[in-house]
Amino acid sequence: MAHNRPRGLELPAHKAVASTAPIGTAPAPSVAALALDQGSGRAARAVVAPGDRVRVGTRIAVATDPSTTSVHAPVAGRVLAIETRPTPSGDGPCILIENDGSDEREAAPLAWPGLEPAALVAALGDAGMAGYGGAAFPAAPKLAAARRHAARHLVLNGAECEPWICCDDALMRARAHDVVLGAQVLMHAMGAERCTVAIQDDKPEATAAVQAAVEAAADARIAIAAVSACYPAGAERLLLEAVTGIEVPHGTWPSTSGLLCQNVGTAAAAAGVVRGEPVTSRVVTVTGSGVARPGNLYARLGTPVSTLVEACGGYTDRPLRLIAGGSMMGRALATDEVPVTLALNCLLVATAGDLVERGTEYACIRCGDCADVCPTRLLPQQLLRGVVANDPDVLERHGLTDCIECGCCDYVCPSAIPLTARFRAARAEARVRESARWRADDLRDRYARHGQRLEAASEAERRAFENARDRARGQGG
Amino acid sequence: MSAADIAGAALLAGGLAVALGAALRRIVAHLPADAGALAARIDALLPQTQCGRCTYAGCRPYAEAIARGEAGTDQCPPGGDDTARALAALLGREPRPVNPAYGEIEGPLVALIDEARCIGCARCLPACPVDAIVGAKKRMHTVIADLCTGCELCLPPCPVDCIAMLPAPAVEHRRVA
Repeated sequence: MAHNRPRGLELPAHKAVASTAPIGTAPAPSVAALALDQGSGRAARAVVAPGDRVRVGTRIAVATDPSTTSVHAPVAGRVLAIETRPTPSGDGPCILIENDGSDEREAAPLAWPGLEPAALVAALGDAGMAGYGGAAFPAAPKLAAARRHAARHLVLNGAECEPWICCDDALMRARAHDVVLGAQVLMHAMGAERCTVAIQDDKPEATAAVQAAVEAAADARIAIAAVSACYPAGAERLLLEAVTGIEVPHGTWPSTSGLLCQNVGTAAAAAGVVRGEPVTSRVVTVTGSGVARPGNLYARLGTPVSTLVEACGGYTDRPLRLIAGGSMMGRALATDEVPVTLALNCLLVATAGDLVERGTEYACIRCGDCADVCPTRLLPQQLLRGVVANDPDVLERHGLTDCIECGCCDYVCPSAIPLTARFRAARAEARVRESARWRADDLRDRYARHGQRLEAASEAERRAFENARDRARGQGG
Repeated sequence: MSAADIAGAALLAGGLAVALGAALRRIVAHLPADAGALAARIDALLPQTQCGRCTYAGCRPYAEAIARGEAGTDQCPPGGDDTARALAALLGREPRPVNPAYGEIEGPLVALIDEARCIGCARCLPACPVDAIVGAKKRMHTVIADLCTGCELCLPPCPVDCIAMLPAPAVEHRRVA
């Protein structure tokens, strides 16, 4: 459906700051700290112990369910410890590996075109593939769901819409061939018939590079689509609607609409995996006025972000705030000793001049500006009422779960109400409530089965007693 | 009294009966179909701790007692005041905080078996209302923390007092399709 309401914002891009120079390489860390949760919100299970020797590409943690991702050693050396450390998404368990500098690798290339698609999906999952777009959602469950629902259209997300972030742009320009090879791998894995690489119209160089790579690959199934450069055009559902015209319904995944969306970085990583390189690195944008030479870096997972800042010439006089992610959706970091994770697409070293100071909060005047810009067509002013009244029904009715936390409503609110922060907190509370509900459902079943079992056991005992009694009477009589 | 009067009175009485019947049907339609359905709706609001502090054998029996009008909405300490409020709202009763006579409202707990002291008597196994204890006679027992509701029903049967109640870690439960 076409809607006439304006959606999203046109924001000053700040991208040229970091995207002019070619991608650099961050030095390998002397001690790598691999978060067991690479950003999806759930920790994988460590399969190494302190003292174990690992090589580059050794699997050090395995996925335990569809919301976790395997983790591989980015350096060769010895496991020092598994302990709680600050990570970009809060304190969490990390595996510390002391780098011996040998870079000895474990490599097992995949003969992928001959591989069964289901086996390829499993192999990609085993290699630690997860979304490079910032949410680090595991790739294998998404691919498996796409196969189950016979989704035939792969959309590669090259619409990096956050101001400041340009790691996907840099990657497409530097490794367009890998993006195209990865697209072919992902298409084979999910069983897709076509692929659209969606790139924003303010990235002509990336578009040209991918175009050339598609022509070189002579693959007629892959096309390029230009999408508008407004924010947040790269949000999964918005992008899918812009590219295919299909609006993914509330409460369903894109695969049920026949679509699958993956980041261009994920595709490039898939190309690495078939060459025998598990996921151990990513491109990170290091930018902002607080860093001397902003740019994009290939960084191994587990590298402290302080090392990235040093590689970019160090801090300038007075950085105000470190932000993991972009200026709209990023999260402030308390320290620069957090390690790079798969979800860390950008490190914004912001000075006072980079950030707009939030003014004093006033009451909502019900102007409706927030509803005009909301890209998911929610009514933030109504949601705010639900938050203030702490009324889960109001929040549910107004689609709280569909909020993508893009921050557009905050940006335009004349009363400077921190709407997104409130919604984020309300969503966390809703998740806790939902979690309690699921647990209660499980426990209700277990209680019922427990009762049935005890009843059956006492019934069996009674019958055994009666049988014995009858036999005894039979013998006696 | 004429025949017309009698006919009129009969018509009036008949009409009243029909009107009242219709009104009654409408009222009944707003009540739950049966006590079982109401008990299920009440049960859905309870925390499923199955601790029996409400004096009933578990959450479902308590829900049935409320549905029969025997039990109050203030008898569930694990659910806390939120649950008491939700129950009162569902039933249209006056909301009341949890009655301390049924127990203190405390944070979620999990049982931990001190495996060195456990003698493997297996008495705690049937006591656990959600089968969260693994073990067998003369084998070590252990509690599956994820499933434990913190009901404390395993404490009384234990002959060696080797079970401790600890604060439950915050775990997010997700439905895995």
